Parts: sequence; C-alpha cells; structure tokens
Amino acid sequence: MITARLYILQRLTALIMAPLVIGHIGVMIYAVQNGLSAAEILGRTQGSIFWALFYGAFALAVAIHAAIGLRAILHEWAGLNGMVLTIACWGIAIGLAGLGLQAVYSVTG
Amino acid sequence: MKVTGHQRHGLWLAYIAHRLSGLALALFLPLHFWVLSLALNDRAALDGFLSWTDFWYIKVAEFGLVFLLSFHFFGGLRLMALEWLPWSARQKTYAATALAAGFAVSTSFFLSATIYG
Amino acid sequence: MTQPLQPDQQSLKVRIWRGAGDEGRYETFDVPVLESQTILDVVSYIQQYMDASLTYRFACRVGMCGSCAMMVNGVPRWTCRTHVKKITDKAGSLTIAPLRNLPVIKDLVVDMDVFFDKWVRAEAVHHPTRSIEQGVQLVDEETAERQAANAAIECINCAVCYAACDVVASNPEYLGPAALNRAWSLVNDVRDGARDEILEAVSGTGGCHNCHSQQSCQKYCPNELNPTASIAGLKRETAKFALQNFLTPVKNDKAKKDKAEKNMKRERV
Repeated sequence: MITARLYILQRLTALIMAPLVIGHIGVMIYAVQNGLSAAEILGRTQGSIFWALFYGAFALAVAIHAAIGLRAILHEWAGLNGMVLTIACWGIAIGLAGLGLQAVYSVTG
Repeated sequence: MKVTGHQRHGLWLAYIAHRLSGLALALFLPLHFWVLSLALNDRAALDGFLSWTDFWYIKVAEFGLVFLLSFHFFGGLRLMALEWLPWSARQKTYAATALAAGFAVSTSFFLSATIYG
Repeated sequence: MTQPLQPDQQSLKVRIWRGAGDEGRYETFDVPVLESQTILDVVSYIQQYMDASLTYRFACRVGMCGSCAMMVNGVPRWTCRTHVKKITDKAGSLTIAPLRNLPVIKDLVVDMDVFFDKWVRAEAVHHPTRSIEQGVQLVDEETAERQAANAAIECINCAVCYAACDVVASNPEYLGPAALNRAWSLVNDVRDGARDEILEAVSGTGGCHNCHSQQSCQKYCPNELNPTASIAGLKRETAKFALQNFLTPVKNDKAKKDKAEKNMKRERV
C-alpha cells in the first residue's frame, strides 16, 4: 500500500523534521523551566517570522508524514483499501495541516 | 495483541514500538494543535489548560509524550540509516540505543519540568 | 510394521496440525526420542509407524531443495536441518504446523503457487541480454554490484522468510522477502537486461516500500541470507529511479524508446 512516491515523501518529511524535532524538544526543555503560560509562549513566538516558518514547515511535514504512516496502519490493521484508504489519508493530511497551520498562526500571527 | 513465536526478537519489538509511538503521536497532534489555537481567541482557556501541567500526573503524561517523540525520532533515524547507509549488522544495538536516547531526552525534560517548573 | 515405544524409551509429545484448507485441529503423538533426531525425522516417524495418512513434503533431506519448511513451535524452520534437542520448549513438547501465510492443502503441505507467482510479478526472473551466438558474458567478480548479487544468491525458495513476515500476513499484495531478494540480486547482475522493468515492478502497491524492516526474514533464513538488506537496496535504487523519472521524464522516455528499438533490432537479427 506504500508506493515509491509515498516512500520518498515519508522519508523526505522525516529528514525535514529531524532538525525541527531537535529544536522543538530543546525549546520545551528550556521553556518548561519557569512553568508554562500563554504570555510566556506568546512572548517568544508572536510576530516572529522565524518561529512561523519553523513551525509552519513542521506542521506541513508532520501532516504528510503522519498521513502516510497511518495509511500503512489503516491498510494492515483495519483492512482499508482502494478509494476509501486514499480518501482517509487525504482527509488526515488536510485535517492535520489545517489544524497545524491554524495553531501556528494563533501563536505567531 | 499477543506477541507469538516468530515475533519474539528484539527488532520485531523495535518495529512495533516505532509503529505504536507514531500512532500515539498522530492521535495526540489534533489535541495539541487545538489547544494552541486557543491563543488567538481565548487566551484564558489556554492558560487554564497550561495550568494543568502543575498536576503531577499531567507532568508524567508530558514525560510520556516527550519520550514517544524522542524515541520515534531516534528509531526513525535508525531506520533511515538502515535503508540508506551501507549495511550494519549491529541493528539490535542501535535499536537499544534509540530506546536509551529517547529515555535520556525525556528524563531531561521531566527533570527540567519538576525541578524548575 | 509398527515400531512401538519400548517400555524404558524416552518419548516426546508432538502436536501436529491435521486438516485441509481452513479447517483443522492438532493431533498428539508420542514419538520415541532418538539420537541426532531432526524435526523431519519426527514427522517421517509418525507417517511411517503411527498414521500413514499424514501428509507432508520433503525431498533432499540435506538442506538444499527447500521443500520441507514448516512452523515448529511457532517459528518457521527447515525441518530437515533442525535438531529436536535444540528447539523443544521447556515442557519438552513440540508443535508442528504448516507454513504461515500460505493456503493449506492438507496437514503440513501448503500451496506454494502464490509465493512463486510473486517472484514473477516482481520481475524476479532472468532477462537475457545475449543470444547463443554471442557466447558467454564475462562477469567481473570484483565489482560492488557483483558482490551484492552474490550476497543474495543462495536462496533455496523454502518460503521460511515469507512465513516469518508480518507484512505479508497483513498485506496480501506484498511481494515478500524472497521475491524482492531475488529482484535485488538481478538488479545487480550485469547479465540481466531489464533493470528498469524490475525497479518498476517492485515500486507498486505490493512493492519493496511496504517493508517495515522487522528483520524476521533475516533472523529465520536457514541460509543466513539478509532479505532486509536486499529490500533496503531496492528502496534506494527505486527512489533514485523515481526521482530521475520525475526530474527528467523526457530524457528517460527517449532512453526507453532507444532501448526498445535496440531490442527490436536485436530480435530481427
């Protein structure tokens, strides 16, 4: 159920996310030290083009990566096939990308 | 789910751990995104959610999430190295290292959250 | 002709799958323990002395023909080279079943058609490049490609890897470790003339990209081959091939056309 094209997308998004995950975990370890609050998070991210691009790329990459991973699981463990499987995966990708970009816009816009 | 016969070996367990951690992260993402998007219209609600992190069991859950992310990250690096670098016979060692590294990273987060947070 | 258990002889409790198609159950036999006894010896003993209707498959008995593989205590093994002493569980019992992931014909015999059909579907068949007049092609044993081909070549088609693979179990289209291992060996063989066709054949919905690197195929391969490494090689080459086609489709189409014309000319000659 995973073709060459989906494989390339899966590994490419993984490569893109590798440095982003390191950055994300680093920020979490640092930011959690003084307790989390909306003001603290927004103080760091609001109006920042860097964080908008960082988390924008992260959200898009994870949407594609997760949709392809779930595609394999939905086929192998839930028996989904053909059109149903394709629609489910596009739904997951678009849904995650939409929610993710909305979240990025909310904290950086 | 029952691990039977042919599945009882380290690298099969590495596979199932990678799959289940990925699945859990994918299920957590919508909640994560939704809570963050509260920042736009309902900052009080966001602060409400963030204050939950004072509870010890939420801190443990956060530790679990950071573990899933870092373990999935290191495990994924192992798989890409397996596929794209010259073959290495030490896959079991690498899989165990991914587990240890995931644990080390998430423990750092947990200590950071409990000592300073 | 029965050879009954002697009173002081040690015996082994053996559960054997009996049935046809999806229907069946385990039957238990008490088999005498002998020196240097293999799983195939146990099955043969039951068939010869206890129940002549037991159906199983074997030929060479020395680990060359690949026809006697079965599930032994839940693990796929070549039964002719597997010693009873080495694998009986703590309770001293033995459970023998037909190979996993293949339809059962009767008792311990499975239908291997799907397994071999997938070799053909993976283009894991030789595509000759020379006619008889052109003579034998010299092969340079030192090249990296030849080494890769050699590493994958000693497959005896026993389907142990196919039975061990969980991707095969959950994705019936998946070509499986043996066929993909053979395809990788041919991709690296200078005598094979259909590299592009093979790469295309292993790039579809049942192709090499479905492999999750569980490495059960490598773990249980009786000839110590490494299909996971072969499949990883196919993943690399198919990805490069797909990217090339994506980036320079015109050039590739032209190359394909040139090649087809060349082939036609050769056939006319």
